[in-house]
Amino acid sequence: MGDWMTITDPGLSAESKNISQYTSETKMSPSSLYSQQVLCSSIPLSKNVHSFFSAFCTEENIEQSISYLDQELTTFGFPSLYEESKSKDTKRELNIVAVLNCMNELLVLQRKNLLAQENVETKNLKLGSDMDHLQNCYAKLKEQLETSRREMIGLQERDRQLQCKNRNLHQLLKNEKDEVQKLQNIIASRATQYNHDMKRKEREYNKLKERLHQLVMNKKDKKITMDVLNYVGRADGKRGSWRTGKTEARNEDEMYKILLNDYEYRQKQILMENAELKKVLQQMKKEMISLLSPQKKKPRERADDSTGTVISDVEEDAGELTRESMWDLSCETVREQLTNSIRKQWRILKSHVEKLDNQVSKVHLEGFNDEDVISRQDHEQETEKLELEIQQCKEMIKTQQQLLQQLATACDDDTTSLLRDCYLLEEKERLKEEWSLFKEQKKNFEKERRNFTEAAIRLGLERKAFEEERASWLKQQFLNMTTFDHQNSENVKLFSAFSGSSDRDNLIVHSRTQQKKPHSVSNGSPVCISKLTKSLPASPSTSDFCPTRSCVSEHSSINVLNITPEETTPNQVGRECTNQKWSIASRPGSQEGCYSGCSLTYTNSHVEKDDLP
Amino acid sequence: MNFSEAFKLSSLLCRFSPDGKYLASCVQYRLVVRDVSTLQIRQLYTCLDQIQHIEWSADSLFILCAMYRRGLVQVWSLEQPEWHCKIDEGSAGLVASCWSPDGRHILNTTEFHLRITVWSLCTKSVSYIKYPKACQQGVTFTRDGRYMALAERRDCKDYVSIFVCSDWQLLRHFDTDTQDLAGIEWAPNGCVLAVWDTCLEYKILLYSLDGRLLSAYCAYEWSLGIKSVAWSPSSQFLAVGSYDGKVRLLNHVTWKMITEFGHPAAINNPKIVVYKEAEKGPPLGLGRLSFPPPLPLAAPLSASESKYEIASVPVSLQTLKPATDRANPRMGVGMLAFSADSYFLATRNDNVPNTVWVWDIQKLRLFVVLEQLAPVRSFLWDPQQPRLAICTGGSKVTFRCFLCAGIQVGTPWPSSVRITSVFVSWTPKRGSTQLWNNGTAMRRPWWNPQQGLRVPGLGRTRFPWELSGCHVPAQ
Repeated sequence: MGDWMTITDPGLSAESKNISQYTSETKMSPSSLYSQQVLCSSIPLSKNVHSFFSAFCTEENIEQSISYLDQELTTFGFPSLYEESKSKDTKRELNIVAVLNCMNELLVLQRKNLLAQENVETKNLKLGSDMDHLQNCYAKLKEQLETSRREMIGLQERDRQLQCKNRNLHQLLKNEKDEVQKLQNIIASRATQYNHDMKRKEREYNKLKERLHQLVMNKKDKKITMDVLNYVGRADGKRGSWRTGKTEARNEDEMYKILLNDYEYRQKQILMENAELKKVLQQMKKEMISLLSPQKKKPRERADDSTGTVISDVEEDAGELTRESMWDLSCETVREQLTNSIRKQWRILKSHVEKLDNQVSKVHLEGFNDEDVISRQDHEQETEKLELEIQQCKEMIKTQQQLLQQLATACDDDTTSLLRDCYLLEEKERLKEEWSLFKEQKKNFEKERRNFTEAAIRLGLERKAFEEERASWLKQQFLNMTTFDHQNSENVKLFSAFSGSSDRDNLIVHSRTQQKKPHSVSNGSPVCISKLTKSLPASPSTSDFCPTRSCVSEHSSINVLNITPEETTPNQVGRECTNQKWSIASRPGSQEGCYSGCSLTYTNSHVEKDDLP
Repeated sequence: MNFSEAFKLSSLLCRFSPDGKYLASCVQYRLVVRDVSTLQIRQLYTCLDQIQHIEWSADSLFILCAMYRRGLVQVWSLEQPEWHCKIDEGSAGLVASCWSPDGRHILNTTEFHLRITVWSLCTKSVSYIKYPKACQQGVTFTRDGRYMALAERRDCKDYVSIFVCSDWQLLRHFDTDTQDLAGIEWAPNGCVLAVWDTCLEYKILLYSLDGRLLSAYCAYEWSLGIKSVAWSPSSQFLAVGSYDGKVRLLNHVTWKMITEFGHPAAINNPKIVVYKEAEKGPPLGLGRLSFPPPLPLAAPLSASESKYEIASVPVSLQTLKPATDRANPRMGVGMLAFSADSYFLATRNDNVPNTVWVWDIQKLRLFVVLEQLAPVRSFLWDPQQPRLAICTGGSKVTFRCFLCAGIQVGTPWPSSVRITSVFVSWTPKRGSTQLWNNGTAMRRPWWNPQQGLRVPGLGRTRFPWELSGCHVPAQ
């Protein structure tokens, strides 16, 4: 608060000084005396303001006070209280409006100042409280610092003490070590001493023993006796033998025999163990080779040097494997070979497994972006499929074998021939039947053909007759219409033309029939064909085949009827021919249907027969 | 449970004959031989003084009775009761007496281990072996009875002598590279001799029958060493238990260590089954156990039965803190036994006294842990099948059988016997066992081919036929 005050005060004072200077300058010329008077009076006036406010302006000094105020206000930048005079001499009059404005502004300023002051005061208070708080904090921290410093000192002290202790302990340890060393030395010396003493004592003891021995044993002690009723036989039934060099040698021999036996036994055991281990090794090797051989191709493709060379080793070893006798030889070279090859293979296997592991990890890492590697699922599916197929094939083979066996077992040569014969007979019979049917059909066909030719002849005759008739009728007409002779020749021509037109007519008729005919054919044949195609693969049922057949035959008969009139036309021949063919194929009549049904059944039966053998 | 009537007994001297037909027991200076099947007294022999040790010959024809105080050994024949033999060691004194494997020679060790006298029952010949070493196991015979190895001490050096048992001729004599030899043991095939040093130094040496050093093994230095050694019946493995609480298996080809089995007090592996013995309520009305024992004495004593419970796996076993400042501290693997088929190895760590570890040798790993209520006194494998008999002691002795082959683990034959110490033995043929209490004289397990469990109480013996358990009353 004090700081702020000190900062603001000099400015204000300086300003006021300036202002006062300025006012004095401005007021110097007109009435310096007056102004000085005012200035002088202002001091007592201010005193007066302080003492009693009303005393500033009295009846007598209104003018003066107004001029003073004006001066003051102008110095503060307010407009002059006096009205602007036109001439210097005239007395300036007091401008009420200006006065009032000034007052208002002053009041406003006053209010503002008050507000600002309030604000400043509250700020001041806040800052004061902040200050207090900070001071408190500072004090606390100071205290803390003090305590921590004290603690630090304490810890340092303790550290020092501990170090001291440590040093002491080290010293003690050293001392103890020394002590231990000393004690060990003492122990060692004592031990030697003890041993020495022991030895001495023992020697003495031995001497005493010897002496005692001499005293006790060599005195021919009568008491040391064995009193036996009679000597018993040895447990093994043998007689005791004298001790000689021979017995000694024999004992030695026996001992060595025992030892040899033991060693032999152990050797046998070891041999057995070795054999078993060898077997295991062999098996392992075989398995390794079998395990590694299918992978030969892949590593080669990858052109891995180590695997390539190793694989050649494997092959060599595989060659070696055949020489089984090698295994029985337990000489060192073979052993070395064996161990080396096993080691090599083991190394391959290891590297391979490691590689696989790496691959697996790679696959795991990379996900499924390996394209050339077939996914396991696919593999499995494929293998499953293949297995299923194999199963089916196997079953098939089984059934076939069974059938074959049944045939082989059930039918001897005679029966088989008989069976074959009976089959032939059946066939013959069937063929005969068919033959007869065929013959009948042929007969029918012939009959029809005859009818047909007869009808054709008749038709030809009729046509001739008709043409003759027409010619006569035309002649008549011609004769009736034209009386001129020369016109005859033209008429002939015309006739020829007419004959051509008649041809044209024929053609039209033919086209009409043609139009009709394909229709009829299309009516009949597609149904039939479709039916046939439908019925052929399946078991053909004559019952549903026959009606269609008959229907077709009906159509065809109609066709025939339609065709017959135009038989003579040359265009018709090819068509006729096809029609004929068709009619042959689809002969009307129940017999034909029956035939076809029969033939179908025949073929069917034939097929069945084919199945049988 | 079935018991015979009780017999009088002194000094816990009671032995089955190796063929399983007879039972010899001593009452003061009398030796009583009974028929096992009928329990009738077959022979009665009277010795010159109180008997301190008896031993059947291997062919079950003779019985040796030693009277150490008088320096006397008397031999009796079962076939000829009138036949007698008396061996007097005179002023040399007697501390140990045993049969040779052929059953026709007696080996007497004189006082102060001055010499071993070999007396023959066939001839008048007497052999002397000088300088026998007084140690844990100084004499060992091969299984076929052909050779004897003897530890000797001359001029402050250890030697081993190998004798041919048929004529007691020295076959080999060689010095061993040991500070203070503690024991020797033949491999079951009779071709390898294991020699181990005193507990102050871990050292085991393997010698061939002809005296060659095959191998030497040392697991560690500067600490207490070997505590127990056992050959597998197949001679394939040599198990060495040491004071560090580990068993090390050596193989028979390279004589190097195959594996080592630690004996931690806490078991965390969930694959290992830990059976814990637990007290059971009154056994009344419980199937087999309710079968009334014919002896009226047995009834009130069968007060507490026990059973095995499977403990949930992080198990901490009861341990004993050994007094390390004293001699022979109770720590390390003190007992080792292979099963007859060499498939299992049972061990006991002496500072975890209540527990028996059973190891699977085929898989070379821990198989089963059996924690008993009381400290394990001894255990023995059935010579026929993988079955382990465990004897625990305290104020009460329980005897139990544990089957390794099947899941048939549990409490086949629980019993509580108020004896201070017990030794167990399996019969070689019919799978029965013997128990001794306070077996001062008996250190080697004795194979009893006879049916039944013999539990000598203080002065009385009982035979439980078709044994399920047995009880001996306190005097």
